[in-house]
Amino acid sequence: MSQSLKSPPPPSSGTAAAPRPKTAPSLMTRALARPEIGAFLAAVVIYIFFFAVAPAFRSPESFSTILYASSQVGIVAVGVGALMIGGEFDLSAGVASATAGLTCAMLCYQFNLNMWVGAILSLALALFIGWLNGYLVVRTGIPSFLVTLGTFFVLQGANLGVTKLVTGSVASKNVSDIQGFDSLKAIFASEFSIGSVTIKITVVWWIVFVALASWILTRTKIGNWIFAVGGNAASARAVGVPVNKVKIGLFMAVGFLAWFYGMHLLFSFNTIQAGQGVGQEFIYIIAAVVGGTLLTGGFGSALGTAIGAFIFGMTVQGIVYAGWDPNWFKAFLGVMLLLAVAVNLYVKKISSTRKA
Amino acid sequence: MTDTLSEHADPTLHKGEPLIEMTDVGKTYGAIRALSGINLSVGAGEVTCVLGDNGAGKSTLIKIMSGLHGHSEGTLKVDGKEVHFSSPRESLDHGIATVYQDLAVVGLMEVWRNFFLGSELTAGNWPLAPMKVKEMREIADTELKKMGITVKDINQPIGTLSGGQRQCVAIARAVYFGARVLILDEPTAALGVKQSGVVLKYTAAARDAGLGVVFITHNPHHAYLVGNHFIILKLGQRVLDKKRSEVSLEELTAEMAGGRELAELSHELEATQR
Repeated sequence: MSQSLKSPPPPSSGTAAAPRPKTAPSLMTRALARPEIGAFLAAVVIYIFFFAVAPAFRSPESFSTILYASSQVGIVAVGVGALMIGGEFDLSAGVASATAGLTCAMLCYQFNLNMWVGAILSLALALFIGWLNGYLVVRTGIPSFLVTLGTFFVLQGANLGVTKLVTGSVASKNVSDIQGFDSLKAIFASEFSIGSVTIKITVVWWIVFVALASWILTRTKIGNWIFAVGGNAASARAVGVPVNKVKIGLFMAVGFLAWFYGMHLLFSFNTIQAGQGVGQEFIYIIAAVVGGTLLTGGFGSALGTAIGAFIFGMTVQGIVYAGWDPNWFKAFLGVMLLLAVAVNLYVKKISSTRKA
Repeated sequence: MTDTLSEHADPTLHKGEPLIEMTDVGKTYGAIRALSGINLSVGAGEVTCVLGDNGAGKSTLIKIMSGLHGHSEGTLKVDGKEVHFSSPRESLDHGIATVYQDLAVVGLMEVWRNFFLGSELTAGNWPLAPMKVKEMREIADTELKKMGITVKDINQPIGTLSGGQRQCVAIARAVYFGARVLILDEPTAALGVKQSGVVLKYTAAARDAGLGVVFITHNPHHAYLVGNHFIILKLGQRVLDKKRSEVSLEELTAEMAGGRELAELSHELEATQR
């Protein structure tokens, strides 16, 4: 017995010791092929920049604030990024958060419902909006940019109109006394401390959603399908990928995340402004594009979108810490977007040229 | 090169046995008649070539067989049973795989992901079950090597391969996943001479392994190199339907180039020159 145990040398040792074949790509080449590489380098540069110019930026407390700002964008952006990899846009993702929050708040306040019931009903509505967006896109063949532009305006108008009709003002009533509020607040809008630093729960959720999305995109067949649907829907369909289901599913995932952020808004401020969320949809798209997602679909990563959101959080807070006029922020955002698109185009060109 | 084919080809296939039979198949899109009265049979171990100019109805014919559009008249039989496809998945489940000219693969995705697209290996059946990435990479690499397609790196985007290699990967994938009938849509149209040769060799290998092949092309020379049976379509109608023994390349070429119409045209042109 013991003889047989020691006699054969492990077969892998020979191959492991052999030098790497020349044809294998170097670490550098593989890193350059990652969608998020440009965003990662930009994030490092921006971090060093603010670290140097703004002393207030350096404290751990500031870092926690930056993470909170990033998570507020990052949660929905991760869904929008995945949707864009799947080749579609969602311009209604910003206002859908307000719709979800308003629905929950007004239902519970008007009908004396437990907040949990309101949260679940508003989730159903958010998923329905996502489904409707997806269904209209795959059914009519109208570009998602136009379909969701339509839903964007419908929701924006309905948010204001219904809220005014129900409450007489442009915000939902304070719901903090309603049953179930505290338990939901613990889920969506609590915070905890590590040493002297307070961390918002949304940061944890953000990390969870990014990890989950990364898993789905790179390790599951659904992820494979998402890339295929965005990269070449016709050939994906030809090998049996359920293209329409994948697209509708992605829209519903964005609906879910928009609902999640809407719940965060509701349970941290006890009320929702009817006009909230307008403009956010572009921030989500920018986060995804800065993170290396191709506007035309088929390429990108969840981590990249997260880095895009982090750049957003860092800049929006960094400008404040540096004591500059915050109005400059939008200008900066525009420049970032243009740079990101240029880098992405370059990357696509490199990765699609013949090598073998 | 034929290793993959003979290994994975369905052993129940017998040469000459009809796999697809179409009787009087037609297709209308609203008031527009795209195809009518098509009789076509695809036998195991045979290459049926469908030739025709642009707009002749070739694409419609492919779409009916591959399940993208259902036919509106006539009968379509697969393995002797009448079917009416409403999705590509159904057609694939009957063992009919289509390799499209320019949409065979997703260019930005890695070679191994393309190879397994739509038929991923997963550990478990639940939707978020992890794919067996390592295994998939190894299988894709071995299968491609067997065919003589050397890829620098199985992880490189498939868009970096040449057009001919991409077609071959797509054909190999279809065979690996148990296709009994291969529909090749203009596989050589965008390729150079050498690349076309590779694809044609592979087509012949698929035929010899016992698969039924439908070879769609507008190049009679390529068709004649591999075909057993030739059908020429014009304006949605069949204008020629002959076995290899009944037709010569010259006849095929002449018919494809327009036949009588071409003769008339040359007559007219000569008249104007005088």
